[in-house]
Amino acid sequence: MNDIVLSLEGITKRFGSLIANDDVTLNLRRGELLALLGENGAGKTTLMNILFGHYAADAGRVVAFGRELQPGRPRAAIDAGIGMVHQHFALAANLTVLENIVAGTESIGRLRGDWRRARVKLTEIARRFGLAIDPDARVGDLSVGERQRVEILKALYRDARILILDEPTAVLTPQEAEKLFDTLRVMAAKGLSLIFISHKLHEILAAADRIVVLRGGKVTAERITANTNKNELAELMVGRPVTRPAREAQQPGALVMRAENVCVAGFRPLSDISFELRAGETLGIIGVSGNGQSTLGRLLGGLVKPTAGSFELLGATVTEPTPASFVACGVARIPEDRNVDGTVSDMTLWENSVLERIGERRFSAFGLVRRSGARAFAKTIIERFDVRGGVPDTPIRLLSGGNMQKLILGRNLLTSPRILVAAQPTRGLDEGAVAAVHAEILAARRAGAGVLLISEDLDEILQLADRVQAIANGRLSPSIPIEDAEPRRLGLMMAGAWSEMA
Amino acid sequence: MRLERRASVPVTLAVAAPFGAVLVALLLAGILIAMTGAPVLEAYRRILISAFGSKSSITETLTRATPLILTGLAVAVAFRTRLWNIGAEGQFYSGALVAAMLGSQHGLQLPGAALIPILMVAGAAAGAILMLAPLGLRLRFGVDEVVTTLLLNFITILTVSMMIDGPLKDPMAFGWPQSVPIVGDAFLPKLVSRSRLHIGFLIAIGLALLIWLVQERTVFGLETRAAGLNPAATTFAGIKVNRLLVKVACISGGLAGLAGAIEVLGVKGYVTTDLSPGFGYTGIIVAMLAGLNPIGVVVTAIFVATIFVGSDGMSRGLGVPSFIADVIVALSLLAVLVALVLTNYRIRR
Repeated sequence: MNDIVLSLEGITKRFGSLIANDDVTLNLRRGELLALLGENGAGKTTLMNILFGHYAADAGRVVAFGRELQPGRPRAAIDAGIGMVHQHFALAANLTVLENIVAGTESIGRLRGDWRRARVKLTEIARRFGLAIDPDARVGDLSVGERQRVEILKALYRDARILILDEPTAVLTPQEAEKLFDTLRVMAAKGLSLIFISHKLHEILAAADRIVVLRGGKVTAERITANTNKNELAELMVGRPVTRPAREAQQPGALVMRAENVCVAGFRPLSDISFELRAGETLGIIGVSGNGQSTLGRLLGGLVKPTAGSFELLGATVTEPTPASFVACGVARIPEDRNVDGTVSDMTLWENSVLERIGERRFSAFGLVRRSGARAFAKTIIERFDVRGGVPDTPIRLLSGGNMQKLILGRNLLTSPRILVAAQPTRGLDEGAVAAVHAEILAARRAGAGVLLISEDLDEILQLADRVQAIANGRLSPSIPIEDAEPRRLGLMMAGAWSEMA
Repeated sequence: MRLERRASVPVTLAVAAPFGAVLVALLLAGILIAMTGAPVLEAYRRILISAFGSKSSITETLTRATPLILTGLAVAVAFRTRLWNIGAEGQFYSGALVAAMLGSQHGLQLPGAALIPILMVAGAAAGAILMLAPLGLRLRFGVDEVVTTLLLNFITILTVSMMIDGPLKDPMAFGWPQSVPIVGDAFLPKLVSRSRLHIGFLIAIGLALLIWLVQERTVFGLETRAAGLNPAATTFAGIKVNRLLVKVACISGGLAGLAGAIEVLGVKGYVTTDLSPGFGYTGIIVAMLAGLNPIGVVVTAIFVATIFVGSDGMSRGLGVPSFIADVIVALSLLAVLVALVLTNYRIRR
């Protein structure tokens, strides 16, 4: 058993009454690719923060290469040879790859000879692990997959022998993810040990040797990848069998929204996007994070104005969009970030329920708020959409993400919208909440709403959408029926290579 | 040690916190009083007696509280929507100057019943304009209003100084820089005869109640609160946040301007550059002590006025420098800020 390089022994961490980690024990062997599987809130992040000394555990200890790490000291883990690749990269876009890797590692007043040595070391590491990269390329010019490679190299350059990757595929296309897994396997074969954190089952099955499942802060199961399957893992992760609702065939109705060569200027602009949306159908917009989804969501929420092209809503051309006019037209809007755009966290459930339609007669008269009407509306949402954890007068920040999302869905769907624009509606939700949100989206479609679903989750698109278009670099691919959307083809579309497929 | 946000704040704790904070401030200030050699409890007793011991001291304390209620409301209203109005002092002076200008014998020739309301509205308008300019700069160019409103204070006070040493200078004032006094009709009626307490006090209380009602019950109150807590979500909900800010700026600047006008019409009758012993700045403390609650502002303004009026008397009797009043008020603010953190968060190891 002396090939164990890292062990977490009996880690317990409480936050108030919440037990984030409950006696978690975990061993990592040399050359192993271990997956840490769990839903949001299962305690994965807390565990990693303890490992990296950001939190001190209430009980338990961390042993790396036979030596106990001093708790609460962030440098301890790095000095012990543990590296972390975060979901969000910490790279300076205007520096080169080499500069980024050296920066923060060593002293600033370097001599030319040191630079040469650094370059040699980097090239050597890159060659050994098959991480081809140009040390002199500006990071700003690199693709997301390449930037991730720089992050990995950064950790290796600091002599990491244990590498932890937090949701590494969140920003990658399926092809890039496949490539990443190849790299990880090479690294494991060369003796590095890796922990791979994810809640995506198919990736974990494709990449890991061994899988540890975390639920409610406890290790609930441990499986060898070869001896398990997707259904079993899903059940272990959630704690009960989960079935996502399925889409039924349905004939689309009249055109409700149309964009033709629409452009939007500004940060992450959109150029020449075209789509059509009919009543009773779901159009999925798939794409890798950061390709213009936010701007598209803002366009469809009435928050930004098209700078060119024609944009029609229910047959009328939109020239001066406002969120209020969209709401009045019957556009239900699920914003991509429920904490930033979707809710005012220190306001109550009823206030959050009526904020976007406070001008309606049932919620106000002569400038005075009709609290009874507003509370009744919130109460209806809570009952009808199964929002748990609060009454109308509870501050919304006390709700879990899933329940918050159900309230947002409820305040939109209770008014029978003609169009539903849902941007990343299940991001960060646990399996149970995902199923509930999916059921509501399908119900809206059944009720005749045109649904436009912007998502980065391939499974979600495949389950809910009738047609799919990919978004890449602010452009939209042509639409393809979901029957033709096999992962390889979608992957190419998400990479922006749709013209080559025709 | 780390701070963790409480899931919910118990009401008793929220109410008790400011009182506890004031107690701590008095305790700390007590150490300073003791260092001057004066008996601490006796000093506090004299502060209370000097502020509330007789009819004349009570009316004096409430007279002093009146402008503080108004500037405190001005700040509370603005801060609630995250409009950082540090310029109540300047707005106070601009309101005072305009009221004195229009209220003098060279100004409007109107009977008192019409003159007084017009002078108050004019003072409020002057304050509002002085707040709209910084807001315009923020909305157009992203200039931080903390800086612009603060600097406008000095510009305004220097302008007042220029006016009362120039075109508005009272020729009968033996060369002192002060403005021509307002006409007799422009003086606010007294609340208590043979005292300085005037109906401005009732106006201030009435406005506090009105603002509380607006914030609690109206759509405008709901929208301004949302805009202060989360402008992004408020915009997403279709509420025009910039338009709200313009209205809030008018109300905030208007209240501070009104405070200046009322101080001239109710107490002094003319403008000097020492009309305000920092009413605008103290208004920030009053608002923060009150947790930005309009009813709370009335209470804290009276508290601060008590300390200031009472310290004068205490200082005469015991020889403790009256600067102790500033120390007590400043310590109260610091203690309340700490108490605020402790009510919203709990300390964990």
